Amino acid sequence: MIFVDVLVCAAMIATAIAAVFQRSLISAVIMVGFISLMVSYLFVRMDAPDVAMTEAAIAAGLTTVIFLIAIRRTEDTESGDKE
Amino acid sequence: MLPIIGALVVLVGAAFMVLAAIGIIRMPDPYNRIQAGTKASTLGVVLALIGLGIYEIDLLPKLIVIALFVLITNPLSSHALARAAHAAGVPLADETVRDELAAARAPKVIEEETAS
Amino acid sequence: MAEIILVTALGLAAVALIMGLYRLLAGPCTVTRAIALDLLTLITIPLLVGAAVWAGRAVYVDVALVYGILAFLGVLALARYLEKGI
Repeated sequence: MIFVDVLVCAAMIATAIAAVFQRSLISAVIMVGFISLMVSYLFVRMDAPDVAMTEAAIAAGLTTVIFLIAIRRTEDTESGDKE
Repeated sequence: MLPIIGALVVLVGAAFMVLAAIGIIRMPDPYNRIQAGTKASTLGVVLALIGLGIYEIDLLPKLIVIALFVLITNPLSSHALARAAHAAGVPLADETVRDELAAARAPKVIEEETAS
Repeated sequence: MAEIILVTALGLAAVALIMGLYRLLAGPCTVTRAIALDLLTLITIPLLVGAAVWAGRAVYVDVALVYGILAFLGVLALARYLEKGI
């Protein structure tokens, strides 16, 4: 089971770096959603199911919708260039 | 005997998940990716959950509930994604022969333009 | 015997995770990334249940239950945004 944990940590780091350098903000929101998914898995592995449940509920449902509403009110891409 | 049967069912489910991932990598456009990824991954996840329920027989009712949720929600979300991709104007692959959704949407636009 | 088969299935799930991660990072368009997120969410639900079975606590399955109910709401919001905006 430990190699999946190592793989999940490496995937989180790679996704975070890719989300920073992403031009399209919707793609960055999708990558942040994946990172919160992996964080929830790591919380379960660290014997904290209540924290993992809160993370799943907040990150999966609420954060994505709030990010999308915020992007809707502002610009779709960084510095105005098209994807 | 029961844990081995459950583990074998989990193995078949994991193999279906790998097939879904291969389909997502290999297919040329988003519609084919939805088509290849959703069905195989739904079957794989349901098989893996039922297999884990057979392996740990105490968890079986709760896992059946999760499998039912996956069976209901996953086709819904993939259908919404496909409609969104078509509405957002994602181009189809070159091998596509016909596009019935565009043909169904086109006459309505013409009628609205002539009415206004 | 059963443990060996389960660890093999875990390795296959890890391979599927790597492939979906490739499509998430290198996807040519936003819709492809949303599809990859959908697949990765679906792969993670059996991983959560496998962690619960590994730890031997039945309470940990509730996390997978909550994720199975709520995770598709995010994908649905994404699809609605891509279609016409919220």
